[in-house]
Amino acid sequence: MKIHEYQAKEILRKFKVAVPNGKVAFTPEEAVDIAQNYLGGNLWVVKAQIHAGGRGKGGGVKVAKSIDEVRSLSNEILGMNLITHQTGPEGKIVKRLLIEQGVNIEREFYVGITLDRAISKNVIMVSTEGGVEIEKVAAESPEKIIKETIEPDLGLQQFQARNLAYALGLSGLQHRNAVKFLLGLYEVYIASDCSLAEINPLVLTKEGDVIALDAKMNFDDNALYRHPDIADYRDLNEEDPLEIEASKYSLNYIKLDGNVGCMVNGAGLAMATMDIIKLAGGEPANFLDVGGGANKITVANGFKIILSDPNVKAILINIFGGIVRCDRVAQGVIDATKEINVTIPIVVRLEGTNAEEAGVLLSESGLNFEVASTLKDAAEKVTAILKN
Amino acid sequence: MSILADKKTRLVVQGITGGEGSFHSQQMIEYGTQVVAGVTPGKGGTTFQGVPVFNTVVEAVNEKKANASIIFVPPAFAADAILEAASAGLKLIVCITEGIPAADMVKVYHAIKKNNVVMIGPNCPGVISPGKAKLGIMPGFIHKAGKIGVVSRSGTLTYEAVKQLTDVNLGQSTCVGIGGDPVIGSRFVDIIKMFNDDPGTEGIIMIGEIGGTAEEEAASFIKKNVKKPVVGFIAGRTAPAGRRMGHAGAIISGGKGTAAEKMEAMRKAGIKVVESPAELGSTMLKALEALKKKQSPAKAKSKASAKKIVVKKKSKKIIKKK
Repeated sequence: MKIHEYQAKEILRKFKVAVPNGKVAFTPEEAVDIAQNYLGGNLWVVKAQIHAGGRGKGGGVKVAKSIDEVRSLSNEILGMNLITHQTGPEGKIVKRLLIEQGVNIEREFYVGITLDRAISKNVIMVSTEGGVEIEKVAAESPEKIIKETIEPDLGLQQFQARNLAYALGLSGLQHRNAVKFLLGLYEVYIASDCSLAEINPLVLTKEGDVIALDAKMNFDDNALYRHPDIADYRDLNEEDPLEIEASKYSLNYIKLDGNVGCMVNGAGLAMATMDIIKLAGGEPANFLDVGGGANKITVANGFKIILSDPNVKAILINIFGGIVRCDRVAQGVIDATKEINVTIPIVVRLEGTNAEEAGVLLSESGLNFEVASTLKDAAEKVTAILKN
Repeated sequence: MSILADKKTRLVVQGITGGEGSFHSQQMIEYGTQVVAGVTPGKGGTTFQGVPVFNTVVEAVNEKKANASIIFVPPAFAADAILEAASAGLKLIVCITEGIPAADMVKVYHAIKKNNVVMIGPNCPGVISPGKAKLGIMPGFIHKAGKIGVVSRSGTLTYEAVKQLTDVNLGQSTCVGIGGDPVIGSRFVDIIKMFNDDPGTEGIIMIGEIGGTAEEEAASFIKKNVKKPVVGFIAGRTAPAGRRMGHAGAIISGGKGTAAEKMEAMRKAGIKVVESPAELGSTMLKALEALKKKQSPAKAKSKASAKKIVVKKKSKKIIKKK
């Protein structure tokens, strides 16, 4: 799960990890109130809160030198359609702002903690190249990323944090502050079941403080059950409405740009079905994994979701029945098609026990089904329908 | 031959009385697997389908000589169940449970590796050696005893490959679903090593997907060590970056883990990478036939040259006679 920057900073603050003073605002009035009465001072930053990076470049982060500017910038950014390299060309509407006190930046660094899947251990990385895309640094000058592997039994050790702080070229008070920051960030990462904690930039202020100017935290969905407070941070505005709808039915749906809707059981087979549609000359409209048992209810819900996308011109159902009998799945598909009144063509490929009986049931149903025997056959049939 | 599971496997099912556990225990017994015990804390002393249920794994090991475990317990308790099985001395643990927190698995992974435990999964369909034993949730009837080893991160996509191998009459030595999570007990490399050493496995099918670098790691191992033909497929060529495609591990992040990168690495290692998952079986069949032809002309050639020598000898003799 992803959260907003201001939410990540709230969590960091709880763990006494240094962040600038600031608060979330939903209206320009709130923004002004926060700047004037809560933060004070004479320099503020108005930051758009969306679940995507590159907000600064897209014009979603601005510095205000007066209260009037806080008001005008908040007016400008709230409601704007922010387009960044991570939002895609359609952009995202800004509905929340983070109003923060200004910071005297001396230097910018990068720090990130994530799981290294190749060794099944967490790693912490720092770089002197802060404030830029870290993927670029990794590709162009990998020697500028310094890593420490964290032993699961031991956690991040003091000496490792010291090594990293030295690698950033810090000494004295600055070094001590950086060590404290890194140990604190690791504590948050573990305590909150993060899958990623990334501070970019981590800044050294002119006063010698080391603080998180930005904060990105992703969480392990599988562990959310033990963090109800973090689960509450979920912002449905940041998610595709169809995907939210699908998750209510415990369907795993991701919208894509094509015109062939697909409904498959199993994530790997769902991806492979998308791939083979493309290979046959079509374009998949979605990823949809209906899970193990495909029955009338799951198929009907799947139809509802797929058909909410107006681009869909045909549907491919690919169910590898396995232990579930195919004739039962077929009956579920027939009932659901009648119930939802699906009018666009449906290619159905069922494999497993009683696949032949299932084919007969579908063909004799009088509905707009085309029965396919293999995966390849199914993909070719569905693309042929679209060409005609 | 086969790897991991065979007729000697004596299985204990952890979570045998739960919904999934009881259904699949029944299926495994019907397939012919020796399910010797079940474990559900608090239900010790009862039986399930004639299988004795114990409170602890240790009891199942002591009393029924269980030598492998399969786990169906809910995600919040699964890490504990794995550690219990390892602590009872079991060296093969198959964990079917989906949704275990990654942090739990990081701890468990390193704890059990110290004891040389082979763990398959979590979030996987399990292991099957057709005709011998099924330690998993895959439909048994699509399998056929044979000579191809299958290793995959996926479930139903694996069944697709299995069906094709059965249809072209190659069958399978063992099929291993390693699971779709970021932290898994056995990676491609671990299983491919076993298939490489198994005389009963003549070819290997590996089915990967986007995310991580396990396929690249396997490719470099195969390039150096594997002479058996390997056919591969990567699911998710059309998957968008930054989105989790069902499996927690199937995500392209920071430009890493794309299907294109993986397919490239695999091709460079000599793996026959298919564009379409529908071609896994037929490609393996061709690869094996090509291998036979390669070997048989060599034999024919050596026979032919042997004949020539004989002819020469004869001719020499003839000359002598003359």
